[in-house]
Amino acid sequence: MIIAVASGKGGTGKTTVSVNLARTIGSGVQLLDCDVEEPNAHLFLPGREKGSDIVTIPIPLVDESLCDACGECGRFCRYHAIVSFGSSPLVFPELCHGCGGCALVCPRGAIREQGKRIGVVETREADGITLVQGRIDIGVAMAPPLVRAVKETLNKDTTAILDAPPGTSCPVIATLRGSDFVVLVTEPTPFGLHDLRLAVDMVRELAIPFGVVVNRMGVGDDRVHRFCREQEIPVLLELPDDRRIAEAYSRGELVVDALPEYASHFATLLWNIREFRSAGGK
Amino acid sequence: MKIAFTTSGNTLDAPMDGRFGRAAGFVIYDTDNDTFEAVDNRQSVNTAQGAGIQATEAIVRHGANCLVTGHCGPNAFRALSAAGVRIYTTSAATVAEALEAFSAGALATMKSADVEGHWS
Amino acid sequence: MSEPTIQELVIISGKGGTGKTSITASFAVLAGFPVLADCDVDAADLHLILAPSIRERYDFFCGNEAVIRPAECIRCGKCRELCRFDAVMAGCEGEPYAVDPVACEGCGVCVRFCPVHAIDFPQSLSGEWMISATRCGPMVHARLGVAAENSGKLVSTVRREARRLAEENGLSLVIVDGPPGIGCPVIASLTGTSLALIVTEPTVSGEHDLERVLKLARHFDVPAWVCVNKWDLNPDMTERIESLAVRSGARIAGRIRYDRAVTLAQIQQKAVVETDAPSAGDIRQVWESLGLQEKIKEKS
Repeated sequence: MIIAVASGKGGTGKTTVSVNLARTIGSGVQLLDCDVEEPNAHLFLPGREKGSDIVTIPIPLVDESLCDACGECGRFCRYHAIVSFGSSPLVFPELCHGCGGCALVCPRGAIREQGKRIGVVETREADGITLVQGRIDIGVAMAPPLVRAVKETLNKDTTAILDAPPGTSCPVIATLRGSDFVVLVTEPTPFGLHDLRLAVDMVRELAIPFGVVVNRMGVGDDRVHRFCREQEIPVLLELPDDRRIAEAYSRGELVVDALPEYASHFATLLWNIREFRSAGGK
Repeated sequence: MKIAFTTSGNTLDAPMDGRFGRAAGFVIYDTDNDTFEAVDNRQSVNTAQGAGIQATEAIVRHGANCLVTGHCGPNAFRALSAAGVRIYTTSAATVAEALEAFSAGALATMKSADVEGHWS
Repeated sequence: MSEPTIQELVIISGKGGTGKTSITASFAVLAGFPVLADCDVDAADLHLILAPSIRERYDFFCGNEAVIRPAECIRCGKCRELCRFDAVMAGCEGEPYAVDPVACEGCGVCVRFCPVHAIDFPQSLSGEWMISATRCGPMVHARLGVAAENSGKLVSTVRREARRLAEENGLSLVIVDGPPGIGCPVIASLTGTSLALIVTEPTVSGEHDLERVLKLARHFDVPAWVCVNKWDLNPDMTERIESLAVRSGARIAGRIRYDRAVTLAQIQQKAVVETDAPSAGDIRQVWESLGLQEKIKEKS
């Protein structure tokens, strides 16, 4: 089963839920940190580094001896990543999406493709948990291919947890596609509710069963709960606004390790996920 | 010779726009017969990325050999150089003033990009 | 010439949920009629505090998306074979192929190479942006459609319009509420601004993400200020983060205490500095450290 942990709003506790859930499942679980702009799970599960692979996207390489400057590549490219002004085309690598179109349309076969590095995928082992994380290079704007590279390491035979980036745009979609259940983490505040609504719309669009974790219960009001009731969305777990949780988090400690009284919370979460997934979710 | 000026208007009195890729438009002045035409750059302004490249395509399509602007990012600089467009910088307030400075030979050519590109 | 006399302050955070929007809303009050740009187009929240009344509303089109005309699809599989983004779904048992709009990057390869030209390539509507009036000043904000792509372009649109509003109305400051992360929308929010305030928190994640976002600010040559929110949650970590920031060439804008009244202000649709929350004074000090008030006065 693939469980994706997401949230409309950042900083609601996605990583807290992901890493503690991984620890609760224990040995054999895969944890994929798909927040490639800010991968954080490794801060809580240090472990041992097992390997690192460079991820590239294919960008065009023009063979000037074959090019007759017809400009077809530039007319085709939607991203202005290759352009010709009556001479051999210029390539702008950071604009290229790697679709391969320019090489296909070139009538003289003058365009080959070469890899351009966008980031790395690192694998770690921490107490039987396999942690795979993507890390995008600074200044690179193209996260989805790196998210897809992280997800290529998925082993279908075990349970996998995907820690998604915040928001509802391209890299989040790339993370959620193909997962079996989505856990949306929110907090009971106006911002939390507003962003939860967006996230719910997104998950419904993707037609994946989902439920909600309400973090920092007690800080705000009950509008998130009312919303979930009206929309018939299961609340999978409530975590109280306990300053000790925030402090443990600030030091990079797992809640279930630092505060064992919360172990049962995460066990309940896991049980609820399995329950609602088999029930088809909402 | 045709000179492209970056501007937010469409006459010689219009204020200069310091940007190139995301300039509102261009006034393209033809020195052979002292006429000009206004070219809209909305398409480039609205593009996600590669505005400087698209803007270069636009002025080249209108036959410009020179560009007079305030600043120019790295992608636009590469594209303009490849297209054989000479780049001049100015801080003149209007197109007419910039044209006067250009005609007097008072403008410096740009040898490299002077601002960070991307979405600025 | 319209030299950039307008100051543009962007508030970013690397890590999400550090209090960026609460601080932006307070700055909006303190700045005395700036133009506001909510560039967190994925999860825009500033309007929840500033209660804008929408004056203009525009559809946001971005790129194109491939759509297969089912009646004409011969199921040859060429589109699926060529698509690098895994966006073409094979129809099961004789059904035509279809493009997953969520995965389509709008490159046009399938459109060009479909042997029977059965693929349309319409512009895709991916959101909307709005110009509004608020009690603190004009505001440009946006909403990205569900599962829509290319928030970077929408961010550029919001910033461009905010600048235009500032120019047209003779306002000298634009305050940009940026998105979390360091990717495409953040780059679009950051490039070419006058200064960036990075709001972080004293946690291992906050420290880690700050390092990356500071590198980004340096990469794009934007002067960076750092402020640690909820600093008293972990004073040692706050010290560490501040010295990291200074080593990276950033300046320290101040500290803001952990304060539950921030959420209370949010519930009342008020900026923190519009309440008597204990942290309101901290936020005022951060605002003053940035020295923007003087710069604006000089200009006007």
